[in-house]
Amino acid sequence: MATPASNRALPAIAVDPTNKPYFDAAREGRMLIGLCKDTGKHFWYPRGCSPFTLSNNVELVEAKGTGTIYTYTVMRTKEPYCVAYVELDEGVRVFTNIVDCDLDEVRIGQKVKVVFKPTQGDSPPATMFTPV
Amino acid sequence: MSINGKAYIVGAFEHPTRKADDKSVAQLHAEVAYGALQDAGLTKDDIDGFFCTGAAPGLGPLNMADYLGLTKLRHFDSTDVGGSSYVMHVGHAAEAISMGLCDIALVTLAGRPRAEAMATGTAPRSWGVNVPDDPFEIPYGRTVANAYAMCAMRHMHEFGTTSEQLAWIKVAASHHAQWNEQAMLRKVVTVEDVVNSPMVSDPLHRLDCCVISDGGGALIIAKPEIARSLKRPLVKVKGHGEATKNQNAGYTDLTYSGARWSGPRAFEEAGVTPQDIQYASIYDSFTITVLMQLEDLGFCEKGQGGKFVSDGNLISGVGKLPFNTDGGGLCNNHPANRGGMTKVIEAVRQLRGEAHPKVQVPGCTLALAHGTGGLLGTRHGSATVILERE
Repeated sequence: MATPASNRALPAIAVDPTNKPYFDAAREGRMLIGLCKDTGKHFWYPRGCSPFTLSNNVELVEAKGTGTIYTYTVMRTKEPYCVAYVELDEGVRVFTNIVDCDLDEVRIGQKVKVVFKPTQGDSPPATMFTPV
Repeated sequence: MSINGKAYIVGAFEHPTRKADDKSVAQLHAEVAYGALQDAGLTKDDIDGFFCTGAAPGLGPLNMADYLGLTKLRHFDSTDVGGSSYVMHVGHAAEAISMGLCDIALVTLAGRPRAEAMATGTAPRSWGVNVPDDPFEIPYGRTVANAYAMCAMRHMHEFGTTSEQLAWIKVAASHHAQWNEQAMLRKVVTVEDVVNSPMVSDPLHRLDCCVISDGGGALIIAKPEIARSLKRPLVKVKGHGEATKNQNAGYTDLTYSGARWSGPRAFEEAGVTPQDIQYASIYDSFTITVLMQLEDLGFCEKGQGGKFVSDGNLISGVGKLPFNTDGGGLCNNHPANRGGMTKVIEAVRQLRGEAHPKVQVPGCTLALAHGTGGLLGTRHGSATVILERE
């Protein structure tokens, strides 16, 4: 028996001065991830400091938007939805949802690509993933 | 500096209520504090150290200290790492006592999520305002249940752990809860009952989850001279370890918990090994929580938790490691959604020989209590204490 992904209403996202560039890019259909310029390493989630060195020598860079499912679960609520960590091709594991598919077919190791889903009001879209 | 032998748990009290429709949270704090003092044979004005968390009403310890009439305080601590806090407070109280910062410490926990009809595990929830990870997790429906379920899913993928193995943890808890008149779920369940209960968040079923309950508990920790002057059995704080685990900048590994660090710290301080432990209170928000902590504390190899918990190995009188003999969070209670307090209390009962006769570990002299607070799948606190009957 299939469990189609629901189109549950997504809450507005709390944009702050530090994460605003990430969400501005999301409005344009681009997914960004953190880059520590001290070490050359990517990080997740976006923030105003390097979690490797604590300096503010960081920038947001565009990710390819593809990856594989590291782990997932389907919340069996009235509107079922799939929460997952997706490991991006850049290496970081991103807390997200898997959408636009049969949730009973989601598997660890599955290849996925980014999609952007509207949230409430003028809030920027959420960064989600769907099987390739 | 070691705290081994520098402090004793002299009072412990678990509130009997499981649904507190007619009591406020502050009233519950007062009742557990009074109960623990009565248990110890002490009075309110003996207390000069006070420990609570952000779950206590008010600003840190201030409003509760006022409500409880604690006027002699010279030390306080409101460290809040969710449900593991109260295990950690035992360690912090022992440290404070060993440094002479206080002589008699009170730790309280109380809450009424059940009376308030809180959707504890299945509704997205933030821990506060301006939390930087919220915009990257809350819109995705992060809940307590799914943050633990994702750990279970990965554990199954990497190590072949099964739902039936996880179910054994609930089965063991239910075997203990049948003897506890206050437990919310006293019916003995089978592996089949667990795996056939409704799915909450794959692969965790309803019976893989702890109960939601009101209530609370309190502990009194005192310096050795005072402990010896009282009439209760001597329960010594022998070792303590604490840790946090986080997402590691996006390179997270969900197959282990902070117990990997807090456990060895506690064992080293206590000078004992996991094989020496006769009884273990292991935080049981979900069955997977227990399984991962048992591995990380060293009771079995990483990935072997499924085999370790199977076939009743956690049932008192049956298996090698009796755990949560009050029925734990899975069957007894989980006051204020924070199970660390009751973990310590049942360990104290075991060491005093005051657990229910059907689950009492004969000659129990060395016990461990361990807590995980926050979310296993995102960021959590971890605390381990090792206690000894003297």
